[in-house]
Amino acid sequence: MTQNQENLLIAVASGKGGTGKTTFATNLAWTLSGDSDRVIYMDCDVEEPNGHLFLNPEWSAAREVKVGIPIVDQDRCIHCGKCGRICRFNAIADLGTRVMTFHDLCHSCGGCMLVCPVQAITEQWNPIGMIRRGHSGALSVIQGELNIGHPTSPPVIREVKAEASGTGIRIIDCPPGTSCPVMESVKGSDFVLLVTESTPFGLFDLRMMVEMLGLLKLKLGVAINRKGLGDRSVYQFCEQRQIPVLMELEDDRKIAEAYSRGELAVVSFPHLKERFRKLMQAVLKRIRT
Amino acid sequence: MKVLVTSEDKHLDSPVDVRFARARYFIVVETETGEYQAIENSQNLNATQGAGVQAGQAALDLGVEAVITGHVGPKAFATLLAADIDVYVEATGSVRDAVQAFKAGSLSRAVRPDVESHW
Repeated sequence: MTQNQENLLIAVASGKGGTGKTTFATNLAWTLSGDSDRVIYMDCDVEEPNGHLFLNPEWSAAREVKVGIPIVDQDRCIHCGKCGRICRFNAIADLGTRVMTFHDLCHSCGGCMLVCPVQAITEQWNPIGMIRRGHSGALSVIQGELNIGHPTSPPVIREVKAEASGTGIRIIDCPPGTSCPVMESVKGSDFVLLVTESTPFGLFDLRMMVEMLGLLKLKLGVAINRKGLGDRSVYQFCEQRQIPVLMELEDDRKIAEAYSRGELAVVSFPHLKERFRKLMQAVLKRIRT
Repeated sequence: MKVLVTSEDKHLDSPVDVRFARARYFIVVETETGEYQAIENSQNLNATQGAGVQAGQAALDLGVEAVITGHVGPKAFATLLAADIDVYVEATGSVRDAVQAFKAGSLSRAVRPDVESHW
């Protein structure tokens, strides 16, 4: 693979959890980092980042992620109710005798502060997570962590992506599912690789991801993990929708055993590197067309 | 006095809806006269979050002195508490039955939420 100065954002998502996103994301990133020093692995599964288990990065920096939440001066408040009416998240409510705020519902839009006619609302910055930077060999590693108990991951995911905005070959390890955290993770990517298993559950969630990516107008391709497991349903779906299947990784107990020991598949089985290189070539081809 | 009873449908004979914030209907009943009004609660049924807050605010806007329901979650409870509205839980049977039980004093007044969020 030739070294190039391209800046790319490749998201590895799935829909169904447990299909092998982290397996593919870490092994792809590791393989590419052998040929280029511009590769960055970004763990956006901030509720449970696990790439570090396989990459064992040496951390060099950490910073807090903070979000603004409203603080109401109850004495200044004239109980006009405007703050409650503008809030789309039910995070602030004027109850006649006092205004209540619910910080875990707040999305930090700043609307309540803007509409308050007596400037009774000010912003307080609350920490909700951490961003860690480090490296594993030539691979740069960035990891987001949402504080336990906090329900909103998108602000932390945004900060992970902002750490390396626009530069390098960035591989994003997305959260499972198809809702807000995933949308935040895949937004702006040049390509989304959907890792799945060819089973009814895998297909069900894959469909939702394909629909979401269609709405976001993002290029996508499928990788099938644990090939041999399940049925042909995902293959049939991909054929129908003309979605390319760019790589298959067989359902191999040895690979699973290595995984359970926290080993990268391409380190334990170096012949797999070539397959991840070919995967990247197939992705690049589709990005460039 | 005016009370709010959560209901699965629009009538006094409808079964009590066990959930407060995401009840299908709120029935506002004047306990002295038996007059009532059914209000659809679709905005809370469909709320992705904060249904308890919104429902609590709705109760305040309806001017009720008490809420009668099956169970109430943490945000709903906090909002009703701040709005000075009493909460009675574990009501069963029809809306009519619940109002009668309330008047007879046989319903338990909640001093804390009795279920988790998104129950």
